[in-house]
Amino acid sequence: MTALLTILVLVFIAIAIWQMVKIFDLAQVGTSNSQVATDKDNTLNGYLMMGFLAFIYLITIWSFVELGDLPLMSNSASEHGPEIDNLMIISMALIFVVQTITQFLLHYFAYKYKGEKGKQALFFADNNTLEFIWTIIPVIVLAGLIIYGLFTWSAIMNVNEDEDPLIVELYAQQFNWKARYGGADNTLGKANVRLIDIDRANILGLDEADPNAQDDVITSELHLPVGRTVLFKMRSQDVLHSAYMPHFRAQMNCVPGMITQFGFTPTVTTADMRQNPDMIDKVANINSIRAEKSEKLIAKGEEALERYDFDYLLLCNKICGKSHYNMQMKIIVETQEEYDAWMKEQKAFKNSLIN
Amino acid sequence: MSAHADTHDHEAHEEHHHKETFITKYIFSIDHKMIAKQYLITGTIMGVIGVIMSLMFRMQIAWPEEPNVLFEALLGKWAPGGVMDADIYLALVTIHGTIMVFFVLTAGLSGTFSNLLIPLQIGARDMASGFLNMVSYWLFFLSSVIMLISLFVEAGPAAAGWTIYPPLSALPLASGGSGMGMTLWLVSMAIFIASSLLGSLNYVVTVINLRTKGMSMTRLPLTIWAFFVTAIIGIVSFPVLLSAALLLIMDRSFGTSFFLSDIFIQGEVLHYQGGSPVLFEHLFWFLGHPEVYIVILPAMGLVSEIMATNSRKPIFGYRAMITSILAIAFLSTIVWGHHMFISGMNPFLGSVFTFTTLLIAIPSAVKAFNWITTIWKGNIQMNPAMLFSIGFVSTFITGGLTGIILGDSALDINVHDTYFVIAHFHLVMGISALYGMFAGIYHWYPKMFGRMLNKNLGYIHFWITAICAYGVFFPMHFIGMAGLPRRYYTNSNFPLFDDLANTNVIITVFALIGGAVQLIYLYNFFSSMFFGKKAEKNPWRSTTLEWTTEVKHIHGNWEGDIPHVYRWSYDYSKPGHDDDFVMQNVPLKEGEEELQH
Repeated sequence: MTALLTILVLVFIAIAIWQMVKIFDLAQVGTSNSQVATDKDNTLNGYLMMGFLAFIYLITIWSFVELGDLPLMSNSASEHGPEIDNLMIISMALIFVVQTITQFLLHYFAYKYKGEKGKQALFFADNNTLEFIWTIIPVIVLAGLIIYGLFTWSAIMNVNEDEDPLIVELYAQQFNWKARYGGADNTLGKANVRLIDIDRANILGLDEADPNAQDDVITSELHLPVGRTVLFKMRSQDVLHSAYMPHFRAQMNCVPGMITQFGFTPTVTTADMRQNPDMIDKVANINSIRAEKSEKLIAKGEEALERYDFDYLLLCNKICGKSHYNMQMKIIVETQEEYDAWMKEQKAFKNSLIN
Repeated sequence: MSAHADTHDHEAHEEHHHKETFITKYIFSIDHKMIAKQYLITGTIMGVIGVIMSLMFRMQIAWPEEPNVLFEALLGKWAPGGVMDADIYLALVTIHGTIMVFFVLTAGLSGTFSNLLIPLQIGARDMASGFLNMVSYWLFFLSSVIMLISLFVEAGPAAAGWTIYPPLSALPLASGGSGMGMTLWLVSMAIFIASSLLGSLNYVVTVINLRTKGMSMTRLPLTIWAFFVTAIIGIVSFPVLLSAALLLIMDRSFGTSFFLSDIFIQGEVLHYQGGSPVLFEHLFWFLGHPEVYIVILPAMGLVSEIMATNSRKPIFGYRAMITSILAIAFLSTIVWGHHMFISGMNPFLGSVFTFTTLLIAIPSAVKAFNWITTIWKGNIQMNPAMLFSIGFVSTFITGGLTGIILGDSALDINVHDTYFVIAHFHLVMGISALYGMFAGIYHWYPKMFGRMLNKNLGYIHFWITAICAYGVFFPMHFIGMAGLPRRYYTNSNFPLFDDLANTNVIITVFALIGGAVQLIYLYNFFSSMFFGKKAEKNPWRSTTLEWTTEVKHIHGNWEGDIPHVYRWSYDYSKPGHDDDFVMQNVPLKEGEEELQH
């Protein structure tokens, strides 16, 4: 199938090229074979420049219409999310304006001033006013963006620990995630990979003698109560990983040998997000794509794909080896009551050890 | 200067009468023009390999479930039954990045054109040291061979990404490619760096010492300014990568702990203690970021020159162009931390790097506006080189603008390491630098091979490539903003991303067409060497000194004396002259003023 497609593409290209060579040849009938552009070349390529400008605009419009509907550009699920999204939208709008204008000038000038025999170009080597204008405008615009960006950045990165955030450790290993909660005292016990004892099921290397470690809870699903600030402490046992939680606009690398951190406040429960109209559309679209795929799979005698239901995810976003592409953990944001009920079912560290 | 030039002439004449054998002429040549061609052809071969790799992993991303006969044919044991192995996927990504950044766009681009143009455009008989130049090329060749050998080792080539972050790159237990494959990668890069340093020192010394009479720094073509500054950045930053590579070799083979600490892998605790992978990231990006300017500055120089020639106009804002090159070069050494906003370094440091990074947009914007003004009211000759130059400005703007998002630490949190990054850097330094290289090849092919490239094939090459480049990289911004991480072997484990699958197919189809179209270029390149139309002395009616030499190459460049220079290199369409260009070696007319630019 792929091979057939590839061959078809190649044949199509060959035909297209043959046609284009003919067009260019026809455009040059009666001129010398100097391999330097003639007026006819200039005219043809001048028009193609305008055509290419149209192509750039079209692919931009197509991308925004077809792909711009990104639940990740809106519908953030954390308190700081809208700040990042606003900054993103402002930056995108700015880029869009500059891109549209400069590409127009570039391609339009190329078309407008295409060469003709006997025409004289303007001897115009310098103009300090112009240079000043296009130095100072970027300076002002960028100063604004830098200041806005830095305020946003420091607001996100400085988690106030006096507000008693929920402390959760994210623990990365090739190729899965674990979460560790501090238990009733909300304090994580000391840990180091040198203390890992697989036989006793001490898989994260907790210090068994540390009183703070006794009530720690280790899970392979991340549950978070809505509206409470969480401060993640990241650890890795082997190579670099990156804890990427796109719906919460959160990401931080997990570095072996050190503890990194990132905090945010989830604002929308998983259940509520599933009811969000944008999300319902997205999920429906994904399920129709999956249904199509399933039909093909069944025809081949394989199992159909499962129906997709929305869940927040933690993904690994730093190349970490063979199964990097499948290193994920489900995140469930729920009400405080649901969270408490779930937490009650979990085993404390001291009870999970095998003696 | 004059006395020096005279003795130099004398030596060159003697050298000229030496009998050259096949080996001294074509293989161990010390002639800068032959070395330039050697760089170009080696770079081309590496480029073909790098592009084929990218097409393979693009096909894997587009059609992850389907066995592909091409995979089986090209990858052998790594694609049993045509199904690509996940390890080799990462290896392809890694080696593609390494080859394209270093072997094609650093050595292939800078090596080719610095060697070809520095002596010819400044009016020198050859590089300051022809011997070092030869050694530089052969070290590059050796490092290319070692890199290619690493593709065939038992446990697979390096597969830790082109940034080779430890511990993944340090521990064979973590990745098969981190064994012999990574050792060869590091050895190859160490040799590459030695080659690059020898080349750069030679360029700097040549530009400073061997300019012909009258060739002041402010009469130099912008190409030379770009090569000169690029060489300085290389000398400043490449040694840091070398030290990072050496320390990594020590961690891997001699049990030190520079970058490693507290590691538990496959059931055992390793002895490493006290090192930090973040240190490696700092060292790597201290080169890694200037490296993108090492790639793009020479392309900027070539494009400036070609745009002026083909617009029949002086480059607009010559001094501002030089100033912005210098500003970019300086800033490039203090922005590396924007690759590390979420590496775990102090957030305050992130703020500083956001500030310096966004500053770099200012000289870049100045350059873009100056190019646009250069073609304004020109008499634009649409030679293939000019098309690629206009294409360069277009992709440089498109790719550069998204740098405003990635350089902003707050925004980087959510698009870091996604396809958004891939779209950004491929447009702004990958495609742009390649366009610069193509522009240079189309423009100076007559100087290198004495024949012309076929222009119609050139037009087709450009237009299809231009459409495919946007077709591949423009939509990537959007799948990146949807949260799709890079370097995933398949996205099918995340139903969340199922709605991006079609876009990935579209991207791959554009990539395949774009890749196939390069065959036209290769055909044009190799067949024109033998069957192309014989070139005239100055086919593009350009002002610079390389077009005063004979078409046939001679060692020493000029038959007689080296021409003297009386004016800058951008006297196009100057009022008061019959032709629309005045060559640099033409004295000022009586009463003619040199432009006080």
